[in-house]
Amino acid sequence: MDFNDTPAEAEYRARVRAWIEANAGEYLEPPAKPWGLDEFVARSKAWQAKKHDAGYVGLTWPKEVGGQGLSPMHQIIFNQEESRTFVPTGLYAIGLGMCIPTVFTHGSPEVIARYVPKALRGEEVWCQLFSEPVAGSDLASIRTRAVRDGDDWVVNGQKVWTSFAHRSDFGIVVTRTDFDAPKHKGLTMFIVDMKAPGVEVRPIRQMSGSSDFNEVFFTDVRIPDSHRLGAVGDGWKVSLTTLMHERLAVGGKPRHAPGYRTLMEVAKGIETDTGPALERADVRQRIADTYIADEGVKLTQMRALSALSKGAIPGPEQSIAKVVVAKTMQDMAAFALDLAEGSGLAVTPGSDLERLQGSYMWAAGLRIAGGTDEILRNIIAERVLGLPGDLRGDKDTPFSAIKPL
Amino acid sequence: MDFDLSDDAKTLREAARKFLSAEAGPAVARKAMDGDAPFDADLWAKVVEQGWPAARVPEAHGGLGLGADEACVLAEEVGRSLAPVPLLSTMAVIEALLVAGSEAQQAAWLPKLASGEAVGCLAWAEGAKSPAQMPGTRLEAGALTGVKAPVADGLAATVAVVTVATPDGPAMALAPLQGPGVTVAPAETLDLVRRAARLEFAGAGAEPLGTAGDWVTVSERLAVLHAWEALGTAAAAMEMTLAYAKERSAFGLRIGRYQAVKHKLADMYIKGELARAHAMHGCWAWGAEAPELGQAASAARVASLDALRFTAEEAVQLHGGIGFTWEHDCQFFYRRARQIAGALGSRAHWADRLVRALELRNRAAA
Repeated sequence: MDFNDTPAEAEYRARVRAWIEANAGEYLEPPAKPWGLDEFVARSKAWQAKKHDAGYVGLTWPKEVGGQGLSPMHQIIFNQEESRTFVPTGLYAIGLGMCIPTVFTHGSPEVIARYVPKALRGEEVWCQLFSEPVAGSDLASIRTRAVRDGDDWVVNGQKVWTSFAHRSDFGIVVTRTDFDAPKHKGLTMFIVDMKAPGVEVRPIRQMSGSSDFNEVFFTDVRIPDSHRLGAVGDGWKVSLTTLMHERLAVGGKPRHAPGYRTLMEVAKGIETDTGPALERADVRQRIADTYIADEGVKLTQMRALSALSKGAIPGPEQSIAKVVVAKTMQDMAAFALDLAEGSGLAVTPGSDLERLQGSYMWAAGLRIAGGTDEILRNIIAERVLGLPGDLRGDKDTPFSAIKPL
Repeated sequence: MDFDLSDDAKTLREAARKFLSAEAGPAVARKAMDGDAPFDADLWAKVVEQGWPAARVPEAHGGLGLGADEACVLAEEVGRSLAPVPLLSTMAVIEALLVAGSEAQQAAWLPKLASGEAVGCLAWAEGAKSPAQMPGTRLEAGALTGVKAPVADGLAATVAVVTVATPDGPAMALAPLQGPGVTVAPAETLDLVRRAARLEFAGAGAEPLGTAGDWVTVSERLAVLHAWEALGTAAAAMEMTLAYAKERSAFGLRIGRYQAVKHKLADMYIKGELARAHAMHGCWAWGAEAPELGQAASAARVASLDALRFTAEEAVQLHGGIGFTWEHDCQFFYRRARQIAGALGSRAHWADRLVRALELRNRAAA
């Protein structure tokens, strides 16, 4: 048992590290003041192009579509090295993490040739248009309608929780093309031009006050049939490709998020009724709990990495990461803010407590995004432990005839 | 990165699981509970024949010279099978000798412990004291005085590692149990399978075993060992409950279809995976004699106790009324969870040690 790279991995890591040091010099420290959205997008595009030209994009993708044909281990090593810096990466997480693999798995050769290279270089940004107001956890309940009209499809409906929709050039959108088929059978997936007439993007303001997502309205939007991904009625199967990639993308604790160290720092400065906070038994227990959860997830991921490193497919260990991390973040932040009494409530810009306040607000969303705590427990229970699925009243009924039990 | 058990350890685990699923398990535990014997002597003879007590003993002392990985998987399988044998107690004494024993002490005891001629036990418990608090037991001029209870496998053991007060803090002494001045009596505990003793020393012959620092190291290694035991016990309880949830029906459905039930099982899995990750880290730190041992062992102990307690409690809950009966196997896991929790310092004690280790690390880094 050891935590070291194999010689081949070490060599690749050294190469990546040298390249990042030579090219990401301006990102070794956090930005002095937060970037605005325009600056974030511009910097993201510049960094993505640099990475692309150096051969560090699409590491695990087939060479035929412009990837590097390397192993997941290479991708992980690159991600680890990249995340030591503060380079902007989020703009492409969904497009390259989920959308483009769906495009090159299900698109025609013409579609792949048109879209994949520009996406890889970051010239075009992609978003994923899946969730709707009535279809979150139950994605197959979507109602956005696509109707065939000559060589085109005409799309009407509403999507929600779409990251970077307002900055995206294209998206993949799952629609219902047959309302009389059972819910999973009447879906079809398309590539949509986000600049097409009839596409309207409105930011959603989250309870935290910031706007990281959008709702997207489609009014008579025309999509050529050539931009269909997979067969008509196969949209559910196609979306599973995307979601499989999502599960790999939404994982552990967000980069630079507060953890047990932050709680220790905060406790250090606080004197309570019963003495210094760091000496108090309940505080020490909470530090331990947070460590057990966060480091446990990290160590679990190392187990998965070791399996990858030996060429095996990682087991289901990975599925526990988000469900543990999000709730731990929420619990630890609430505990630390309580400990700080009034200053845990007051907002002091630039302080550890402000970061914890942000973490507390964000945790509520993280427990929902990319699979709610409840859905993830279902997945663990059903796929890992082999328990029977929930009883569903709507699985075999025509979608138009579904009546909730 | 190779954060995984060695292939040898995996092979040993497979062999141990196969052997113990035939020779031990809840039915054997029940026989032990119903009987009067301090341990299952027939099973112990077979375990000795497998060479397991010899696992960690160096070849020069008649052992197999295996690593921490192998010790951990043996603990896991003992935990899984509830085998009523003094293997982990004997391994505790072996580990103490490996860390702190003089040449002479090792030569005198390791071959006997490896061959099963001697059986060990760890006697640290005194009332509500933690393993880090100063014991009342004293060793003065080779004479040991004090009372230790409960001592797991104390009725089976022929030699004990006993914690004693020293100016530097608690430290270990090595005490043969068959000489004059030693009184061994049964001590009733919640665990009715792994029997315990009350050991009274009235000027019994004993010798010091290492320093106060050695006891810290030994307790950390044993925290890892018992974490693996807890993983095995929790896994067995979970598998039993999972099978029941797939078979039992209520309101026209298998109960495993209800989210209230399946989410509890998912939580057992989640807690088990977190505990396994920390137990692996602890195993690595033990085997590599890494400075992170204090941190990793404490975390392994805390995480494994959390997983085991939750699983043992919810196993009864998910079985419903039948799980609360004397005849059902749930009680073995519920009771064993208490035994493991009391075997080496509480969850709170080790959580505090974990934070102290983090503080030391932060101070060293600053």
